[in-house]
Amino acid sequence: MSGSLIFAWSGVLLFGLGLFGFIAHRHLLRRLLAFNIMGSGAFLVLVGLAQDGRGVDPLPQAMVITGIVVAVASTALALVIFRRWYRTSGRTDLPEDT
Amino acid sequence: MIGLWSVPLLFALPLALGILSLLVTPAWRPRLIFVGLPLLVAASADVLAQLVLEGPRIYRLGDWEAPLGINLVADGLAVGMILMTTLVASLCALYARVYLRDYPASSSFFWPLLWLLWAGMNGIWLAEDIFNLYVGLEVMGLAAVGMVALRATPQALAAAMRYLLAALLGSLAYLLGVALLYATYGTLSMAGLQEAASPNPTTHVALALIILGLLLKTALFPLHAWLPPAHGGALTPVSALLSALVIKGSFYILMRIWLVLGPEVTPVFTAQLLGVLGAGAVFYGGWMAWRQHQLKQLVAYSTVAQIGYLFLFFPLVTGTGPEAARLAWDGTLMMLLAHALAKAALFLSAGNLILAVGSSQISHLVGISRFRPMSLFSFGLAGVSLMGLPPSGGFTGKWLLLHSAILSGQWWWLIVLFLGGLLSAAYIFKVFRMSFREGPQIDRSITPPLTLDVTALILASAAILIGLTAHLPLFWLRLGSPFGAG
Amino acid sequence: MAWNALILFGVLATSLVASAVIFLLAESRHTTRSVFNLAAAVLKLLLVGWIIRGVYQNAEYELRFTIIDGVDFILHADALGMMFVGLSSLLWLFTTIYAIGYLEKAPNRSRFFGFFSLCVASTVGIALAGNLFTFLLFYELLTLSTYPLVVHRGTRESLRAGQIYLYYTLGGGALLLFGVVALHVLVGDTEFVPGGVLSGLDPALHPLLIGIFLMMVIGLGVKAALFPLHAWLPMAMVAPAPVSALLHAVAVVKAGAFGIARLVYDVYGIEFAFSLGLLGPLAVAASITIIYGSVRALAQDDLKKRLAFSTISQVSYIILGISLFGPVGTLGGLVHLLHQGLMKITLFFCAGNYAETLGVHKISELDGAGQRMPATSVAFTLGAFGMIGIPPMAGFISKWYLGIGALEAEMHWVLGVLILSSLLNAAYFLPILYRIWFRRRERLWCEEKVLGRFETSGWLLVPTLATAAFALIAGVLAGMPFSPLYWADLIVSREYLQ
Repeated sequence: MSGSLIFAWSGVLLFGLGLFGFIAHRHLLRRLLAFNIMGSGAFLVLVGLAQDGRGVDPLPQAMVITGIVVAVASTALALVIFRRWYRTSGRTDLPEDT
Repeated sequence: MIGLWSVPLLFALPLALGILSLLVTPAWRPRLIFVGLPLLVAASADVLAQLVLEGPRIYRLGDWEAPLGINLVADGLAVGMILMTTLVASLCALYARVYLRDYPASSSFFWPLLWLLWAGMNGIWLAEDIFNLYVGLEVMGLAAVGMVALRATPQALAAAMRYLLAALLGSLAYLLGVALLYATYGTLSMAGLQEAASPNPTTHVALALIILGLLLKTALFPLHAWLPPAHGGALTPVSALLSALVIKGSFYILMRIWLVLGPEVTPVFTAQLLGVLGAGAVFYGGWMAWRQHQLKQLVAYSTVAQIGYLFLFFPLVTGTGPEAARLAWDGTLMMLLAHALAKAALFLSAGNLILAVGSSQISHLVGISRFRPMSLFSFGLAGVSLMGLPPSGGFTGKWLLLHSAILSGQWWWLIVLFLGGLLSAAYIFKVFRMSFREGPQIDRSITPPLTLDVTALILASAAILIGLTAHLPLFWLRLGSPFGAG
Repeated sequence: MAWNALILFGVLATSLVASAVIFLLAESRHTTRSVFNLAAAVLKLLLVGWIIRGVYQNAEYELRFTIIDGVDFILHADALGMMFVGLSSLLWLFTTIYAIGYLEKAPNRSRFFGFFSLCVASTVGIALAGNLFTFLLFYELLTLSTYPLVVHRGTRESLRAGQIYLYYTLGGGALLLFGVVALHVLVGDTEFVPGGVLSGLDPALHPLLIGIFLMMVIGLGVKAALFPLHAWLPMAMVAPAPVSALLHAVAVVKAGAFGIARLVYDVYGIEFAFSLGLLGPLAVAASITIIYGSVRALAQDDLKKRLAFSTISQVSYIILGISLFGPVGTLGGLVHLLHQGLMKITLFFCAGNYAETLGVHKISELDGAGQRMPATSVAFTLGAFGMIGIPPMAGFISKWYLGIGALEAEMHWVLGVLILSSLLNAAYFLPILYRIWFRRRERLWCEEKVLGRFETSGWLLVPTLATAAFALIAGVLAGMPFSPLYWADLIVSREYLQ
């Protein structure tokens, strides 16, 4: 197995773990962490797969940086909403009704 | 030459205004629209003029070559979406300026978010590569989530949280798909992918991830659960923007990617499956809309149903003859435009009705037709288009889809269009029935400010007019598309 | 040419603009509204008269623009269409006068007159439509604009009636839409051409064409109240009298019958329809409706309900005439489109007069009405005689030509239907006349009101007498130029000479 594939499969594994956590947990902070793990997995795939035989490709790096910015912004927004939600309702999870 | 500034301006300007609006005092924020709206309208008109005079064109941001530079494409489809966004968002902004006076706390953050949302949407319409589509999608999505949370009630926060989780999951799935496609083909541009793409397992997995992610963001049945609380519970101008425009963003990406990759790479059953899910959305959304007791929840479920019609595009365009495919393209876009106009009008006029009676319960609308005929009239005009009755954009779109379905021999979609129309009539007339009932003889309702009624009426009239003049917008939309020559 | 298109558009625009202005006027501005409405109706009548003259001289009146590739919006004035336009505009004027009097002091008048004008605009659009697409457009607009009129009173009963009305008409409209799209796929834009556009198609498609015809006749039959699609009509009688009069004697039911005429003559072509064997079943359906409507009318004590079932029966005369293959049968059917409109609207006006002035809604309470309201009762009698088909009333002319048409088409059983239905007509109209003229009043009237100098308000009386006079003249002077019969003859000569 070449180096790039190791990265890629680790990325897929992380994404899967994150997805599991995202679905399995109800606590919103845990789900948020799971989301970040998924994101890392996706970035790893992006960088890892593109290393294959073409030398260093700058484009995935650029994309991952953009992606990290987006993930940070999303996490910040989620935290703000979570804090407001926790204050107004006293709950750490979402009500089950749809 | 005049045109060089207008394409980048379409998202640079909203971004700049978004930042600017955070720097000025809250009282000044609404007033920025008097600078922003004329400029955006002018830029959109200019982009349209260029399209008509010079045809579709590619704009290289800062003259950098792709892949490091960013290419923007202003073809017929993109320009059509830009004009739709400019029209709907401008009117929603004018509405919000008056409506939000009652919500000072929400108002101060509405304006920055509106500009951000606008920038994200224009970024999506113009993007030529699948990664910039992702960025646009995220900018738009985060702004939309923020807008849902504006009301800051527990329900609104829960709805926003649910929306955010769905949006994040969807965009990560999309991003993973993008990563796989890049690894396989070494390109992100639509044109490059179209040349290189071939059916293989990696491409299939990538497409599956992209489609799933976008379906979740478009709220296609059965992935729709986040939509009704978010759209139905938000402030009225927010509901209108979300239902009319935001869900179109992810659908637009899906449509673009499908046209580039779909027919060659995906098995035919995928298209049929998307159509079946669309049919499910039409039935389930219509049925649920009919069962609602809250006016805005009814309108929100109506969006779930109307999204379903758009997904008939996939089975009608895949593996059918050129004529049927062109009709499906025309029909879907007509549906999309008509829904954007009609749904914005429906939410705004529903907001006016709620304002008038002081309650969101449909049963409290008894006798309102006597006292607030104008709000109800806009609701009615928009309803005509949603029901697909002539003369309206919804009807013209339905006509084209019916034509395409018959021509391609897929008669089963006729049943969807038939029953879907009757279901939407059922929930629209549910509201009318209540409003025509004679109730108290004394007018206890509040008169909404004239701006609110007028903006809703303009949007509703546009939904009707676009059906009568469909020839021209459909011609523009075809410029630079695979259906252009015909 | 441009002038002609403008005049044609003017015919439609008079009611559309009237509708828009009325919606925008405040509820309290009754005089302005009435003046404007009447002016629009008179102007429209003048324009229609001008176009009728032009069509007679074979002038071209056409307006078209493209909606989507291959589908045009077409307004076109031909002899058949102008007949319907003439009827609607004439009766719009009278019904507006009547409604102004009828709704005096009632709430929601702005809404009423606004939708009323919109409804007339749709009827005119239906009549002038030059292709199936345009026809469908106005046909659905008619559904939408009549709903608020049916539920106008806002009572539980009228809302229920509105609901039923929607079930029927929206379902029918959807079926019609499928038929129109299917024909569009087969032959492109289906413009109305005498002799039809379908006869050249591959014989293998004939079963499909029969299916499409059936679907479209069901879609149109809902509005024409063909049995068993008629149930909405008697329920819709909860609407105010002017609505019942114009909409259910003229606009809505005639739109259905007119649509069937268009379908048979100008889309399929009468000869092609005959060769497909479509006319026989249509004649049977019409005959069943004629007999069924008359039998049900017998059992009604509510005057408006009896008139409603009578409408169901009488409208099918038109469809019967269409389905008789041969010029004379067509003549009978088409002329009845006009005659029935004039007679039935008179009867509905009279019913409204009795209800408004005396508070009487039931036939059993009409005893002695002739002495209290002689003019209204004369008008009612004229209308009833016409319906029965007593010479020289207009109804006689229709039945005479229908009978001869049946003999020419060698459908002798139709004669039996005509005779039986005339007997039934007599059986449900003569007892009313007996009560009005020959019974004495022994009790007080339910809610008697003194409205004006005459037996009732002039606003109510003048239109009633005018339409009754028209119904009489149409029969007596049937041989004169521009009489309904004369005009129907012109249509027939243009349809059959193709």
